[in-house]
Amino acid sequence: MKLLMIDTATIVASAAIIDEEKLIGETIVNYEKKHSEKLLPAIDHLLKDVGLSIQTMDAFGVVSGPGSFTGLRIGMATAKGFAQALNKPMVTVSTLESLAVNIYYADGIICPILDAQRSQVYTGVYQADGTQVEQIIPDTVCDINELIVYLNKRSEKKYILGDGCQKYYKEIEDKVDNVYQVMPYLAMNRASSAAQIGIRKMKEGKTVDFKEASLMYIRPSSAEERFGK
Amino acid sequence: MKILAIESSCDETSIAIVEDGRNVIINKIYSQIDIHKKYGGVVPEIASRNHVIKLPYVLESALTESQLTFDDIDAIAVTHGPGLVGALLVGVSAAKALAYALNKPLIGVNHIEGHIAANYIQFPDLKPPFLTLVVSGGHTYLIQVNAYESYTILGRTLDDAAGEAFDKVARVLGYPYPGGPAIDQAAREGNAEAVKFPRVFLDKNSFDFSFSGLKSAVLNYINHCKQKNIEFKREDIAASFQAAVLDVLVEKTCHCAKKTGLKKVCIAGGVSANQGLRTRMKKQAGEEGITVYYPDLVLCTDNAAMIGSMAYYDYQAGKTSDLYLNAEPGLNIE
Ligand SMILES: [Zn+2]
Repeated sequence: MKLLMIDTATIVASAAIIDEEKLIGETIVNYEKKHSEKLLPAIDHLLKDVGLSIQTMDAFGVVSGPGSFTGLRIGMATAKGFAQALNKPMVTVSTLESLAVNIYYADGIICPILDAQRSQVYTGVYQADGTQVEQIIPDTVCDINELIVYLNKRSEKKYILGDGCQKYYKEIEDKVDNVYQVMPYLAMNRASSAAQIGIRKMKEGKTVDFKEASLMYIRPSSAEERFGK
Repeated sequence: MKILAIESSCDETSIAIVEDGRNVIINKIYSQIDIHKKYGGVVPEIASRNHVIKLPYVLESALTESQLTFDDIDAIAVTHGPGLVGALLVGVSAAKALAYALNKPLIGVNHIEGHIAANYIQFPDLKPPFLTLVVSGGHTYLIQVNAYESYTILGRTLDDAAGEAFDKVARVLGYPYPGGPAIDQAAREGNAEAVKFPRVFLDKNSFDFSFSGLKSAVLNYINHCKQKNIEFKREDIAASFQAAVLDVLVEKTCHCAKKTGLKKVCIAGGVSANQGLRTRMKKQAGEEGITVYYPDLVLCTDNAAMIGSMAYYDYQAGKTSDLYLNAEPGLNIE
């Protein structure tokens, strides 16, 4: 059972091929955001490197949000294109859950944060039990202060990761006790973590049709916000 | 050769299958107009969101209704510019994935060239060279089409596109989005002589356009009337405004045709659906021995059939794209 997972939700463009438990290959570019241009060539190189053709994939996965609206759409349109062309199922994975899985072995709660502008972060709270992570607060968008208030209510160790760290970790550290910043190389999105979740979902039968796979923007477009939806 | 084409540069999600550039097997268009109406115009973020949702459905129904499968398709074409970058990216990403997974050639098509090619579909015998007036919400060009692959821009707008002026005036007059068709309709019921709006011809030998002065004149006139409580018929304003735009468009096009010696003029782009423009152009150009071409209404709006047609000629000229193809919101035609 082979899955090709795509993650273009943040500045990191990443793709991974996983066969059951075995990660066959992964590509991560954490440099310039030229996802639309480079994603397909990167996937092509990855497949060639591992000697597989795209036609041999059993499913296509995509990190479905939250994140950069444009980045999310590039990943989703690409994954849907593969799935529709080859008539294969899809799996979608939360950007935040995928980040949490980067440190599934943490002894405490994991709180991924993505910069959502306007002093807000996309975040969710995940509990690690040493083997996998479980979501305890659903993915949402909130003011950084709101998150700080919540974190202060928790006594256990709190691990913070994601692209929001750059902007907000200092503030969190100043105001919250027992908080830890994850090492940068583990604090960014990587498709292998999303693929781990994706393969589990496939085993649980939680695949979706390419037409139904949808993005989790969380935040409406600003026009909808102004219009009062 | 059957080309599957994708168009998502603005608020239309469209998929078509076109054979040998001229024969449209299917042309499915999902219009988002109803979604954008309440915002008074196209909201790029909302357009992009809907493209991602709708594209697979439109593609599936295009295949089902034409009773074709991906095996019957020889190449994948997609609009990669000009247009709204977020909207273009959806089509481009999908096209690249489809072409890669199906192992078919990929052809990135210029949207403006697509609008011109709509005339190839309508008139199977039409061949370059000819002169074309491209008029839409984003563009106003006089282009000499030397060959399928060779263009010379002879004139362009220095400020607003003609369609942009239509939309703006329509909004101020209280017509719903999209404004162009509403003005065209109202103009038929109004008096075009009611108000004498300026015709901006610029230099006599220039084929460039300028519509911002006219737009301001119309808006000022309406404001003036409102402030002084002067009653006006909005049909009259619509008719007078449209007459001013058409005078310039038709006059310059005919002058340009004469100067270049081209005996064929094609009208292309969203505003080519304007009945007033079609009638005026046919009459005035006809009197000067010029044949005027314009496509059916469905081919005037953004649609993938025109992209599939243009893609065929791109392919014939050896112009295919690689996997690095990107959206180019400001893509040029020359
Ligand atoms: Zn157009």
